[in-house]
Amino acid sequence: MRRWLTPLFACMLFVCMLFACMPLAALAQAGNAPTVHANNTQVVVGSKNFTESVVLGEIARLAARESGVDVQHRQALGGTRILWRALEHGDIDAYPEYTGTLTHELLHGVPQNAGIDVLRARLKPLGIGITDPLGFNNTYAVGMRAKEAAKLHILNISDLARHPDLKLAFSNEFMNRADGWPGLKVAYHLPMNARGMDHDLAYRALAAGAVDAIDLYSTDAEIAYYHLRVLKDDKHYFPRYDAVYLYRLDLDQRAPRFVAALNNLAGSIDAGQMRAMNKAVKLDGKDASVAAAAFLGVDAGNSTTGDFWPQLARYTLEHLALVGISLSLAILIAVPLGILAARRRRLGQLVLGLTGILQTVPSLALFVFMIPLFGIGAEPAIAALFLYSLLPIVRNTHAGLTGIEPSLLESAAALGLPPRIRLWRVELPLALRPILAGVKIAAVINVGTATLGALIGAGGYGQPILTGIRLDDIGLIMEGAVPAALLALAMQGVFEIIERALTPRGLRLRAKA
Amino acid sequence: MPASKDSDSAFALQDVTCAFDDVRALDDVSVAFPRGHTSVLIGSSGSGKSTLLRLLIGLEWPVGGSVLCDGEPLRHDALLEVRRRVGYVIQEGGLFPHLTVLGNLALLPRHLGWNASRVLDRARELAALAHLHEDLLSRFPAELSGGQRQRVALTRALMLDPPTLLLDEPLGALDPLVRHGLQDELREIFARLGKTVIMVTHDMAEAAFFSDRLILMRRGRIIQDGNLGDFQRAPADDFVRGFLAAHRNLPGGSA
Repeated sequence: MRRWLTPLFACMLFVCMLFACMPLAALAQAGNAPTVHANNTQVVVGSKNFTESVVLGEIARLAARESGVDVQHRQALGGTRILWRALEHGDIDAYPEYTGTLTHELLHGVPQNAGIDVLRARLKPLGIGITDPLGFNNTYAVGMRAKEAAKLHILNISDLARHPDLKLAFSNEFMNRADGWPGLKVAYHLPMNARGMDHDLAYRALAAGAVDAIDLYSTDAEIAYYHLRVLKDDKHYFPRYDAVYLYRLDLDQRAPRFVAALNNLAGSIDAGQMRAMNKAVKLDGKDASVAAAAFLGVDAGNSTTGDFWPQLARYTLEHLALVGISLSLAILIAVPLGILAARRRRLGQLVLGLTGILQTVPSLALFVFMIPLFGIGAEPAIAALFLYSLLPIVRNTHAGLTGIEPSLLESAAALGLPPRIRLWRVELPLALRPILAGVKIAAVINVGTATLGALIGAGGYGQPILTGIRLDDIGLIMEGAVPAALLALAMQGVFEIIERALTPRGLRLRAKA
Repeated sequence: MPASKDSDSAFALQDVTCAFDDVRALDDVSVAFPRGHTSVLIGSSGSGKSTLLRLLIGLEWPVGGSVLCDGEPLRHDALLEVRRRVGYVIQEGGLFPHLTVLGNLALLPRHLGWNASRVLDRARELAALAHLHEDLLSRFPAELSGGQRQRVALTRALMLDPPTLLLDEPLGALDPLVRHGLQDELREIFARLGKTVIMVTHDMAEAAFFSDRLILMRRGRIIQDGNLGDFQRAPADDFVRGFLAAHRNLPGGSA
């Protein structure tokens, strides 16, 4: 029997193994490869995907290093929910947070402006500790171009109600938070609607005049840079956002010196210092670790950003690992599913329907859904990409098999060949082209979608893109976007070569005729 | 020709009804095909003649009645055995385009454990019989003419030396010149091999050329069963008369 399988099966297996090797290479290459779960001794700090959080994460890392604790900092992992879940899940051990976010978003039934002791008591049953405030209040605010605000005589947020034509754009998180836009609209009786957009892009949009008012963090460096007026919160809507560190209480045993280092930072950063650090990173192009080191008065040590080429190689390997593993798994699962779907019509409808529904889940949401199951890092990204790859492969396998001329299927049956041999020797070879086309589509889509993996700590080309968006650095965005596009093209080319090599000569002849 | 007893027949149908959705492709048909004879099913398209052929090797299953193979009812679990004792050739040949001629011929024998040289010897032997040049064995179906493809299909059907051949319009797709040549060759091959042959055609002249047993079908029923002389002397009804009249160049008298 084995000899029947050889040519086709060997080729498919080879492709799968090729992909399966990539992650190993990536592991060997990248020192802090995202595929490994943090082990018990390594302490991991996370940060949200905006500059101040990354700087605070670096401060925690460097302060810990000074007290002899080796800490890994996983930068810009995502929004509040992702960091909170990662902390609960144990993927990270600490991250910088704000008291207002705790009272309004993360904990329920806590009085507004609750003190740190109340929060500490509420967090303790969750296994989470909280430091005292770091010393600055980075509250939400609403800002406008100073010139326009002067022209319209807008000083307070309540003045906005008189100008229903103003275009508002708020960060996506602000749009949905309990202490964000929905409450603000009610509190100030604001008649207009607002659009959600990325916070780092909002400043550009405001400066360019595309929007008239955006939400700000009061320590943002851009306020001065773009000559913005911060509107007065005359109804005292926004709560305090005192910066703190949250950490897992099991660190008290695992790394008591780290906890001490975090607590030492309490009360040490004022708003001016924070704004200066934000400016240094975001406007002056300094590395976050450099700014954090300067603040602490220590040596920045090995910068987290390396040289261009080794870094590009690392991103490439990470990206290939994401695409390769997810695609290989998808091939292994989707081809049999497609065969099943082609064999049993009812079940086939169900399989095609389900995989179709998976495809409609927005990719960002799918990535986040995977976090409770797989934590953060490469695993949830691979799981999400795997699910995305299913549909094109299942559908094409199904279409390829059901598209075979009935007379050929019948000839194979009439010969007296058992179903399994018919499948391997007749049906799959005849359906090979559409199947490979499905794999190709999945691969190309995967390369693009995998850039979102960086949002949940999976690395890859999405990393420079995200950082580029955060720092408003087009060059950095290009460092991720251009290789991603090239990789997609390369994938296309490679699969066309594979397709040509695997297609039996007899079928190419028929295609010509 | 009188119907022989079922146990003497290679295949037989007993009161078989076969339906697709609401359409009865075969309606209460009983017929037997004696061993070593050539029988021809004729009728216009949709008459049920191909369905009858397909029932014999379980490509369709009856909703009523039974299909007998060597006197035994056809069973699902014995299908592969039955199919391997039957060579089946269809109009377009049914050759697998991704395999060479030899690959097509070798598919089943290799699965059954023949070694490569045994397959090649058998293929050469049959190629000579079917007037297929040996060079063609390494070609792909797309590189062959229509006539060559049908020769290959017949060769493939004969690889295991099955006692029965089922031919569903084997020459239907060929141009007249090639067709006439192949008719002669086929008749010679059948005579030499002494197989049970059941052939489907819509051409009365071709039917009469191959056999003295013609089974005329219409709308899922057998209208008349006999030789050409019977048909011409005593047509069963007006339809048979009309069918004969439509084929002007039939040989006169008995075949």
